[in-house]
Amino acid sequence: MVELNEVFETINMVSQENLDVRTITMGISLLDCIDPDLDRLCEKIYAKITESAKDLVRVGDELGSEFGVPVINKRISVTPIALIGGAACSSTRDFVRIAEALDDAAKKVGVNFIGGYSALVQKGMTAGDRLLIESIPEALSKTERVCSSISLGSTRTGINMDAVRLMGDIILQTAEATKEHDSLGCAKLVVFCNPPDDNPFMAGAFHGVTEADRIINVGVSGPGVVKHELSKVHGESFEVLCETIKKTAFKVTRVGQLFAKEASKRLNVSFGIVDLSLAPTPAVGDSIADIIHEMGIEYAGAPGTTAALAILNDQVKKGGVMASSYVGGLSGAFIPVTEDRAMAEAAEIGALTLEKLEAMTCVCSVGLDMIAIPGSTPATTISGIIADEMAIGMVNQKTTAVRLIPVIGKDVGDFAQFGGLLGEAKIMPVNRFGCAAFVDRGGRIPAPIHSFKN
Amino acid sequence: MSRTIVTLVGKDKVGIIATVCNFFAENNINILDLKQTTSQGFINMMMIVDTDEYKGSTADLNKGLEKVGLAVGCEIRAQHEEIFDMMHRI
Repeated sequence: MVELNEVFETINMVSQENLDVRTITMGISLLDCIDPDLDRLCEKIYAKITESAKDLVRVGDELGSEFGVPVINKRISVTPIALIGGAACSSTRDFVRIAEALDDAAKKVGVNFIGGYSALVQKGMTAGDRLLIESIPEALSKTERVCSSISLGSTRTGINMDAVRLMGDIILQTAEATKEHDSLGCAKLVVFCNPPDDNPFMAGAFHGVTEADRIINVGVSGPGVVKHELSKVHGESFEVLCETIKKTAFKVTRVGQLFAKEASKRLNVSFGIVDLSLAPTPAVGDSIADIIHEMGIEYAGAPGTTAALAILNDQVKKGGVMASSYVGGLSGAFIPVTEDRAMAEAAEIGALTLEKLEAMTCVCSVGLDMIAIPGSTPATTISGIIADEMAIGMVNQKTTAVRLIPVIGKDVGDFAQFGGLLGEAKIMPVNRFGCAAFVDRGGRIPAPIHSFKN
Repeated sequence: MSRTIVTLVGKDKVGIIATVCNFFAENNINILDLKQTTSQGFINMMMIVDTDEYKGSTADLNKGLEKVGLAVGCEIRAQHEEIFDMMHRI
């Protein structure tokens, strides 16, 4: 039977240390909605989503109330829309209509984001893929809840540099289209190398084509809990440090496992995965940078940061894997800048630079995330930053991503505000030397030698 | 049986446990176990209760306990036992 101290430990995690279930995400396949007629396609998409997810928000809230751990977000991911809309869309405007249907469906069922306005172009682009990508600026400015992700590379295929170059322009156009709100559209747009098919976290969630018709994926949280536990082991050896993170990650992940199983039972949708990722929020103490500080680094970005993050990422996985029957998604530590108050502070005082963040992405679960850069950054430079990040993912056989926000009309040191969980931060400087002649070459970077395992 | 864990934290005074127990009796909730400590004038209590005969949902129960909590000056909450078993037992 549980003991008094264990019960109060759990309660403190929720009330003092921001433990929550970050998201219950329902993946919905739209493959059976494909139709050459755009009107019918949009109707089918709306009908399938609103029927499949009609109870998602209610069940999420019920679980939060019964177990006493809040479920912050209820979300939906769908099959990459480039595949679904290819037959029906002959213009970017056609694709935007699908985005609007997704947005309407999301509002109807009450989820705060719907992901999957996506294309998988890691090797090449079809006409449909290109149209979807070109429609992103309009789609993200005309919708509120739609998130977009594009896969630009993988260890098996190499990097599609034509698409990398195109995305540099698309990110800037999306920033321009949403400049009234500090270029917020770019916070809903991410590019990937090696994206997982079952990621529950936005903006990069999409429902892979190898998945079942519907699935429940859960993302847990818990940076505040890890930080609190680490504050008890100051000055102890790395062995103690690692054990502490591992044990905490186990407990946090068990919450995700319970919620995933229960949500799956109540919604009659199979349980997909639990994503172990430690996801920070702008709330005080709910921060990856604070954990790094607790480990003994003055500010995130100082020497030692990459090693500290590597420890954190690995121990979270070791503890979390045993806590859940199916682990998937991104499963590591996120290092978004604007969404993590202490990370944003470290950037503001100059401890954390874009280049150090790039190094950190070699050992964490994603990449350059939620970084506000000057709106005047050239598209070719954005493409160059993306190419670097894709190369890290491709060579190291891991997921990497880029979610940069070139804030139109603002420059280094100005403040960008995105609101809510998306947070705020000062705009970070970008290396001023160019790479246009490199990214303009065209074509693709071949797959690395270690991809030939057959 | 649906086992629910009820926790109470607050400043200790006469009648806290009596008030909470009365609330359970009035609502057909059976108390299976009760553990409490007091330290420096504060009370920490945990009860395991059986809610099979209770008519409402966990949300209703929490609303009722919130009222009781206001009356005795403590914070009281109810949660399914499973969350604690999952986190603290392999």
